[in-house]
Amino acid sequence: MATCPATLEELPRYPEGKEILTCLQCGMCSGTCPYGDVMDYPPRRMIAMMRAGMLEKVFTSDSLLSCVACYACMAKCPRGIRLTEILLPLMKEQTLTHLPELPSELQRALQNTLRYGNPMGEPSRKRAAWVKTAGVPIRIFSEDRRPADTLWFVECYTSYYPRGQDTCRATAKLFHKLGIDFAILGNEEKCAGECGRLTWEPGLFETLMDYNMAVFQKYEFNRIVTSCPHAHNAFKNRYPALGFNWGLEHTTPFLGRHLAQLKPLLTRKSNYTVTYHDSCCLGRQNEFYEAPRQLLQAIPGVKLVEMTHNRVNSICCGGGGGGMWLDTYFKAKGYERLSERRVKEAAATGADVLAVSCPYEVSRFEDALKVLGYDKRVIVRDVTELLAEAMEE
Amino acid sequence: MHILVLLKMVPDVVEDLEIAPDGKALDLEYLRMILSESDDHALEQALLLKERHGGKVTVLALDAPEVDDALFTAVAKGADRVVKVVGMDAGSTTRQAASALAQVIQKETGLMPADLVLTGVQAIDDLDGLIAPLVAHELGLPYLGIVTRVSLDAPGQSVQAIKEYPGGVHGEFEVKLPAVLGMQAAEKPPRYVPVAKVRTAMKSQKIDCTLVPTLADGGWLAIDVVEMKRNEPAGHAEMLEGDPDQVSGKLCGILAERGLVA
Amino acid sequence: MTGNVWVVAEQWRGHLSEITYETLALGREVADGLGVPLTAVLAGSGIQELAQTLGCADSVLYVDHPLLAEPIPELCAEALAQLIEARKPCALLVPLTNVSLGVGTLVATRLGNSAVNFCKDIQIVDGKLRAICVMYGGKIEAAVEPAGGLAIVGVWPGARPADKGRSERSPSIEEATVTLEDTRVRLKRYIDPEAGDVDLTKQDVLVAVGRGIQSRDNIALAEELAHALGGEVAGSRPVIDQGWLPLSRQVGKSGLAVKPKLYVALGISGAPEHIEGMKDSALIVAVNSDAGAPIFNVAHYGIVGDVLETLPALTEAIAARKTAGHHA
Repeated sequence: MATCPATLEELPRYPEGKEILTCLQCGMCSGTCPYGDVMDYPPRRMIAMMRAGMLEKVFTSDSLLSCVACYACMAKCPRGIRLTEILLPLMKEQTLTHLPELPSELQRALQNTLRYGNPMGEPSRKRAAWVKTAGVPIRIFSEDRRPADTLWFVECYTSYYPRGQDTCRATAKLFHKLGIDFAILGNEEKCAGECGRLTWEPGLFETLMDYNMAVFQKYEFNRIVTSCPHAHNAFKNRYPALGFNWGLEHTTPFLGRHLAQLKPLLTRKSNYTVTYHDSCCLGRQNEFYEAPRQLLQAIPGVKLVEMTHNRVNSICCGGGGGGMWLDTYFKAKGYERLSERRVKEAAATGADVLAVSCPYEVSRFEDALKVLGYDKRVIVRDVTELLAEAMEE
Repeated sequence: MHILVLLKMVPDVVEDLEIAPDGKALDLEYLRMILSESDDHALEQALLLKERHGGKVTVLALDAPEVDDALFTAVAKGADRVVKVVGMDAGSTTRQAASALAQVIQKETGLMPADLVLTGVQAIDDLDGLIAPLVAHELGLPYLGIVTRVSLDAPGQSVQAIKEYPGGVHGEFEVKLPAVLGMQAAEKPPRYVPVAKVRTAMKSQKIDCTLVPTLADGGWLAIDVVEMKRNEPAGHAEMLEGDPDQVSGKLCGILAERGLVA
Repeated sequence: MTGNVWVVAEQWRGHLSEITYETLALGREVADGLGVPLTAVLAGSGIQELAQTLGCADSVLYVDHPLLAEPIPELCAEALAQLIEARKPCALLVPLTNVSLGVGTLVATRLGNSAVNFCKDIQIVDGKLRAICVMYGGKIEAAVEPAGGLAIVGVWPGARPADKGRSERSPSIEEATVTLEDTRVRLKRYIDPEAGDVDLTKQDVLVAVGRGIQSRDNIALAEELAHALGGEVAGSRPVIDQGWLPLSRQVGKSGLAVKPKLYVALGISGAPEHIEGMKDSALIVAVNSDAGAPIFNVAHYGIVGDVLETLPALTEAIAARKTAGHHA
């Protein structure tokens, strides 16, 4: 999309805005929304309030804090109204200015992202620290300016969190074995900002987008492969407005494209029964359902089982839309954490492994498994981790 | 009412601090500056008082890397005027900073009269003194530090201020105005301001710049930093071995040495 | 250097605080190192009997004035300044606590003298006083020499063990007078905290429990340890999620960020989300049955063991130490 409405006032002048006015009030959105039963204003009611000229009430309620930007409503809307992509961010932006106090954890995450380029508040100079433990050579553009075919955009949780670094190392190993010509931005990398955009803060997103585009333009590469589905979304849907025109893929479908080359390398047999969690951004939003499953089934000995809610019906881990930093808020409200809802489904399949492809999911699901006491029964692994494990002699 | 807020930028300790080659100061190359945390609270308290009682908030800061960000953020949050003092030597101490600020407060139009001067109680680099009492003394104003609540008493005459003592005890004070308060914490955490609002402030507002006055030799004596070095943290815990009673005994000894066992 | 070393005895609500003795212990070493006497300065109203416990010093300078009944920094500073002008000590050590904060700065500026803050230790080098100061949130150590005749040094708690500053000796006590005007800062009353009103961020000691505490009932054991150490109980996410502790006790990314003097992590694995909330604690002690638990990477001291066995043993050891060291 080249341009999209920046404010609610502009919205009616755009096709997307006109679409909103065609809402049938059927309630598919609210019915499918994971928190639809506890929100004061789920999407259907929000649109009704908009038509009635009563949006002020929506903005002054904290209803939008419960939206985890999972795309479920948008995927089910019979009118194809661009809820998660257009309407909800605009609503959230207004709510931000009307809320008397932002939950402190979310506030910290936003401030840290602006200042340090990551929500955890970790120093930018430690972003590439994991490279030393990668076990394979990793080129960093600022140190070696030669062109590369692929820029691997690693992202925040993958770079800084220990379990995220496990995924990084697995990815690096796979790239190396496949002979991919790649480089990373290292300490120059900052959050792509997608969670800022869907999380109330278009100003933060613009700042990050400006910064990242400037960094991209310093180096020569043909495509960007990223480990984070949220970053993938930002690059695909918003960055083109500032001239982003490189090839783009998330690591999972990227590896899926290399399956023929990868398969002979997967020599270690595993006895895992694996169930795959379709992440919202890769799955519903981009319909990458089959590539991850094909990769998993290429691992010798793996038995794939499906959870009740899979593919387009997958239940969000609860990390999007700011949810990553609102667990305390949800707890205070007495809501069930979506990650707990999801791991119960995973455990019910009898699987040993819950396979994921989004960095948020590893920590959220491991946490939920511990809380529910399932952590001895089910482990969480990123698809790349499982592939790398299957490559070991 | 008119509230003057003094802001100071301090080294951001999230990034690793390096020592300069001469071994006596911080290496400025990778240093990032951030608004001193309690100064942010001072600003928040000023804005809360303005919201309650009307009036204006003026912010004053010495020039430093990234200070413009802090000043525009203050504007986006609701400050009416922001003033930056330029021309100070790099590496000035808290004492020198306070002297400069006090001089500017007295000479620059519009900064005085103020009912309240609010600033943070203490900053992480206040090696040779604290801003609040220093400025209070130079302006001849009363001072109270470690304040967590401020309410207007008789408008223009005095304020009620709560000061924190050890063990959760609070002291209720009456302070005659005008006064300088060192804020420990505002009544509410510093508000969030959307980045878009700060960017708008950058385009639409101006920072008033004023030159630092030639400081009369204050007659105070300097401190000499002989050496500066990193306080190296342990990479891994020192493990205590033994059965529960043995390790407890060892740990108890360690705690007692540090004055943690009363 | 000539002139005595002075230590400000911090009095508050009729008692001398622990830091008084800690700073006396430090002052004793400095005075001996310089070959000059040590004087404790006690200012207040009607508290002369407190001077008896300051025998670590060679003499006590006692100032009685109704306006000094409560420690108002401006008045304390004015009184000290007058005494200093008359008697010319070579050094003044001032405690850095909520009670005395600001006094050192005010005395220095009132006398046109320098001041040094954040001191945790003092060395004597070539007959001069050198303060070792901890700045930038504990990350940097600076060695500082005050120039000129009077060294005014603000001293952190814990510079020396308080016991080293206590003495059975009776000091000589001299009364001095000062002239003070009524202040524009008036203390109206103290407000004591309500029972049950706990703000973890204000605690010096936190005993935090994770899943390793295993059940709600075992939290009582942690509470005993917290009580023995004068602190409060905190918890990591899983404990709060289970409902074993209220939300107000949560430390970590989703809870509070705390920086106490002592953080005891019991059965906490050390997930980054928790570490985020307590990594700046001054002293971190971890107990965990897993030797590979990440908490041991941030803790200063670690014990690999069963939390439920170690915890009561620790509480007992501390109670025993307190009984042995307690002065009637």
